[in-house]
Amino acid sequence: MTQGVQGPTRARIEPRTLREDRWWLAPLATFTVFSAFVVYATVRAFMGSDYYVEPYLSPFYSPCLGDCVEGSSDFGQPFGWFPLSAALIILIFPLGFRMTCYYYRKSYYRAFWLSPPACGVAEPHGTYTGESRFPLIFQNAHRYFWYAAVVVGLILTFDTVISFREADGGHVGLGSLLMVVNIVLIWLYTLSCHSCRHAVGGRLRHFSKHPVRYRLWTWVSRLNVNHGRYAWYSLFSVALVDLYVFLLASGTISETRFL
Amino acid sequence: MAYDLKLRVWRGDATGGDLGDYTVEVSEGEVVLDALHRVQATQAGDLAIRWNCKAGKCGSCSAEINGKPRLLCMTRLSDFDPTDTITVTPVRAFPVIRDLVTDVSFNYQKARELPSFAPPPRDADGKRRMAQVDVERGQEFRKCIECFLCQNVCHVVRDHEDNKEAFAGPRFFLRYAELDMHPLDTHDRRELAQGAAGLGMCNITKCCTEVCPEGIKITDNAIIPMKERVVDRKFDPLVWLGSKIGLRAKDDEGRTEV
Repeated sequence: MTQGVQGPTRARIEPRTLREDRWWLAPLATFTVFSAFVVYATVRAFMGSDYYVEPYLSPFYSPCLGDCVEGSSDFGQPFGWFPLSAALIILIFPLGFRMTCYYYRKSYYRAFWLSPPACGVAEPHGTYTGESRFPLIFQNAHRYFWYAAVVVGLILTFDTVISFREADGGHVGLGSLLMVVNIVLIWLYTLSCHSCRHAVGGRLRHFSKHPVRYRLWTWVSRLNVNHGRYAWYSLFSVALVDLYVFLLASGTISETRFL
Repeated sequence: MAYDLKLRVWRGDATGGDLGDYTVEVSEGEVVLDALHRVQATQAGDLAIRWNCKAGKCGSCSAEINGKPRLLCMTRLSDFDPTDTITVTPVRAFPVIRDLVTDVSFNYQKARELPSFAPPPRDADGKRRMAQVDVERGQEFRKCIECFLCQNVCHVVRDHEDNKEAFAGPRFFLRYAELDMHPLDTHDRRELAQGAAGLGMCNITKCCTEVCPEGIKITDNAIIPMKERVVDRKFDPLVWLGSKIGLRAKDDEGRTEV
């Protein structure tokens, strides 16, 4: 590197960082967990099977709009002709929401692109333009993915409600409880989004003229402080629900019923 | 209880330098700046340090302690083990002048490029009025002491000298946000923030927030809201369509783009 912290005007200090703490631990943990999730989600999305067992539909496949197994398509099959896994039709929306999320951006720019790997640790790249050019300028579309995420959240809420339903009445199973936990975390993540915070009131210049929006903004702001936490928790919960449905549908385990 | 602290301090200037070893007696309750002053008084009278208030309010004594950007006067020795060696270097994003003193004029240049607050004409009684809730919004931003640690840690300029021309840095995004949220400012600064100030180069990795000695949530409360405002102005087709068919946000009335 000929510029940056090794540039001609800067204090001549050889190491790229003098940090002595374990600064590499957080990006390494992020890299490992995100990679594991991507591998798991990719395998499950392309699998195209074991995603539905009455009354549970995997969140990776919801809404099931392709050529789905009987009982899983609560919103019809407008893409019934689609030859690949039905998950591939809808996953772009939750995936795009998370990929353009301000918290995830921070995480993967640090962990995957090392830009920078940690604060005060020189990055390995010679040039940098950030999000000012193609393709990263499309990160500015985050609010559109948020609109879609609200719809996805509503559909997953519907799935959660009907997971308590059974042909001869109702039931409470471990799957339903997992789905409740998941949908709560999904909503916390969705409503704590920075674009949501902007839309409900952050864009205003006069809070005093919009008391209702100001109140909404204060609520979202309170959630927004923990946006990163909800991002992690909901990542685990959505994978866990899918895993549970997979294990049930493949016959590996049987349902644990409480009522 | 007094003990001997091992210090490594960068000594040098633009032509070169190295870390020098010093052992100095310190007391519990002292801060790194106290230890450096004792080195200056007893062993290295020519050690250059910029400092002023010793209370974390003037923003003068910015440096890097064990590689982390911090204020010398707000870093307590009790945070370290007495057997630790503490390494102190100048901030690494700005040109070094001598020892721990750097040339931070980059920041003053960027401050000059930012159009100042432009209030509307006064009310008939000669006053200007703001509601308390609008006043409170900007108070967090006004806590900034201009230590420029955020400017120093920001990898956009720290690791890429050539970006300095096009990038104003977190401290000034804070100012852009404060003014753009100000109900009395008559300037619309969104185009300027994205263009001349280079807001799009920020990849929100939050180091500015991590190092801020005032605890200002620079990224969450200033940079990201400013990015969202820029999206309103430049990248959102629905907002653009709304403005074309007469659905202009009344909240923005009376503003002119700079």
